Amino acid sequence: MRRFAALFAALDGTTGTAAKVAALADYFRTAPEPDRVWTVALLSGRRPKRAVAAARLREWAAEAAGLPRWLVEEAYPVVGDLAETIALILPPPSRATDRSLSDWMAWLAGLAPRDEAARKAAILEAWDGLDATGRFLFNKLLTGGFRMGVSRGLMTRALAEATGRAETDIAAALTGAWDPATTRFADLVAGAGAGPGADARPYPFFLAYPLEDPPERLGDPAHWHAEWKWDGIRGQLVARGGTVALWSRGDELVTDRFPELAALGNALPPGTAIDGEVLAWAGHGPLPFAALQTRIGRKTVSRKLLAEAPALLMAYDLLEAGGEDLRAAPFALRRARLAALVAGLPPGLPLRLSPELPFADWGALAAARAQARATGAEGLMLKRRASAYGVGRRRGDWWKWKVEPFTVDAVMVYAQAGHGRRATLFTDYTFALRDGDALVPFAKAYSGLTDAEFREISAWVRAHTLERFGPVRRVVPELVFEIGFEGVQPSPRHKAGLALRFPRMLRWRRDKPAAEIGTLAELRALLAAQAG
Amino acid sequence: MRAPLLSPDAAGLACPEGGFHVDPWRPVPRAVITHAHADHARGGSDAYLCTPGTAAMLRQRLGTVQVQEAGWGEPVALGAVTVSFHPAGHVPGSAQLRVARAGEVWVVSGDYKTAPDGLSEAFEPVACDTFVSECTFGLPVFRWPDQGAELARIRDWWAGCAAAGVVPVLGAYSLGKAQRLIAGLAGAGPIAAHPAVEGASAALRAAGYPVPDTLPAAPPLPPGALVIAPPAALAGGWAGRFGPASTAFASGWMAIRGLRRRRGAERGFVLSDHADWPGLNAAIRATGAARVLLTHGTTAAFARYLAEGGLEAGALATAYAGESLDEAGA
Repeated sequence: MRRFAALFAALDGTTGTAAKVAALADYFRTAPEPDRVWTVALLSGRRPKRAVAAARLREWAAEAAGLPRWLVEEAYPVVGDLAETIALILPPPSRATDRSLSDWMAWLAGLAPRDEAARKAAILEAWDGLDATGRFLFNKLLTGGFRMGVSRGLMTRALAEATGRAETDIAAALTGAWDPATTRFADLVAGAGAGPGADARPYPFFLAYPLEDPPERLGDPAHWHAEWKWDGIRGQLVARGGTVALWSRGDELVTDRFPELAALGNALPPGTAIDGEVLAWAGHGPLPFAALQTRIGRKTVSRKLLAEAPALLMAYDLLEAGGEDLRAAPFALRRARLAALVAGLPPGLPLRLSPELPFADWGALAAARAQARATGAEGLMLKRRASAYGVGRRRGDWWKWKVEPFTVDAVMVYAQAGHGRRATLFTDYTFALRDGDALVPFAKAYSGLTDAEFREISAWVRAHTLERFGPVRRVVPELVFEIGFEGVQPSPRHKAGLALRFPRMLRWRRDKPAAEIGTLAELRALLAAQAG
Repeated sequence: MRAPLLSPDAAGLACPEGGFHVDPWRPVPRAVITHAHADHARGGSDAYLCTPGTAAMLRQRLGTVQVQEAGWGEPVALGAVTVSFHPAGHVPGSAQLRVARAGEVWVVSGDYKTAPDGLSEAFEPVACDTFVSECTFGLPVFRWPDQGAELARIRDWWAGCAAAGVVPVLGAYSLGKAQRLIAGLAGAGPIAAHPAVEGASAALRAAGYPVPDTLPAAPPLPPGALVIAPPAALAGGWAGRFGPASTAFASGWMAIRGLRRRRGAERGFVLSDHADWPGLNAAIRATGAARVLLTHGTTAAFARYLAEGGLEAGALATAYAGESLDEAGA
């Protein structure tokens, strides 16, 4: 793993983008072939299944280090990373093992089917043959979630540099479901990686930036197309040469979870790729996101579920027609062809054209945006009529203009230390609202404050802890925060009986005493209004 | 039962029988100081007692104050008790304080590290009944690498910066850490020191410590120079004056990857002036103390660990900062 460890050290030892790309490109030119493929897989979030539960790893590491288990639990929040905590507490190695990255991945694959005692023995032996960095990387491979501070875009750029291919071609080649264990590097970057759905590989998704400036800055309204920003799962339905595949934005193949959309794909002319939003839909409008959620986690879909939360594809864009890549054509033209395609299909299929919202001036569009929630949308999308379909998140041609969030003022009741660069800082909070005389926890949030505020609150938490439950501290209910959220849904699992969608801290209300926080009744009323 | 020899009051760790406080955080009639870092040596007290090395720094920091000096191991009678200073190895001149009354000995560690750093007087264990120990790094994830290996890593980074035409700027505490680095890196190339670092270096040289001379950290720097500055200066953008720079910190916290990333530094070097986990445990065992009271750090967890090992252990509430990550610097 030395070559991979050296790459990691190079990436970790710089904050500069150019230096990271250079280190990656060098690796992709010179590292052993199978290691390159695995590195691409890991950096694009394709990781093997966890062979061992995290709790077991902590237990075995504590045992190997001769430490009580509770002490390891105390240390973990200070480090903020399990793989690193384990690497730091283990006694020095007694041997030196040198396996390549791909050998380790094969070793890991062989671990899963073995019984627990065998897995434990194998892992203890592996730890004993690795130095501190090697152990950290090995533990990361074991536990998954390996980011290494490199975005997918950065990796794509490095691959382009190393192979002399265009970035957009690389991005396209990496989509779809390919298996790193059986794919050759040359085939991978050439886009010939085999795997399920290989014939119906998606195009890289084009993503919008949030609109922060007033829309007037976008210029002449005539150059812009507006439509609802639907609150579902972004997806791409591809029908090519007899294969139909539905892809989510993370390049996950979800065809099996939405059989009604697979059937739709069979009705499309071969060589078609539609970008849209998968929604749970009843009659004339979308069901709450919670209904769609019931469909996401299921690989097999019961008839009952199909009836309760029927899926529909709300079509945004046409990326391919008759086998021809349309992405370079202006949006207006792609949209017109999409409209014609949808109109020509037999009735009753779960496909709709996302309606255009015509507007004469920006004021009228702002008024339309105010109606988004009533329509079941989370805001507006603005697309330049002349724009090509790009790759990744780019500023300029596509903007999302979301509605203002709901807000409620709540008091912090629990705090927990964060992970990674937030280790030792209390950044993960649980908030409560008033319900009669009681304070009832209803939401967790960990974003929205500045680093300086997190530091100040961390010092406050240390001085105002009432009780400790492992890494969690119950604190004096005194600090008030404005919580923003996109919606509320019933949740019998939670004490409050409801759960918020995308809760985050909008600001710290230093001006507000805890006596003036909101009530659970407010959220129940909101829930009732949404349901009605 | 007699009252404890030392116990915290509003001003600090008080010794009523001796009529003094150890490292008080409020002004008192008599302050006994273990070392000159700001969280242990504060102004405003009527009289101070410390080692000669600490006295030099104290005068530089607090101006003309009444300071009595006592050499290593030299007994000083204060009220009904006798005190003496013993090397703590934390920074040059830093001491542990031994406090004795009939039939009972306490030792207050101040801040300490057990591995020699090449400049500070090396830590000496002192036998006692009760050991008041710091435990800034009292968790088993903290194990310091060999100082020589970390200095070699710094030299590599420095050479890499010189080759790339960027200025290496290393954040380190002005008193102690900076001089330890200057001494350890001398000869590898020109070193330029921030005024705060040079102030502490000059005071230590005057007190007889062999701190090599450095250049002032002002542009233009000679080619290939390394800049050493307090962490706060790096956070404040002071390093911008040198043009393209690569920043790094030298601190025990740099053993944790997430904390290094939070500081936004490109490199972190694991060099601490506090004891690591093995060092703390070895130091505590070496005192032979049956009772251990812990200050600054993960006191509750470490006390529980020591108690499970058969010692009487507890935490003392103090206002010491230890080696802090976010406020005073790395």
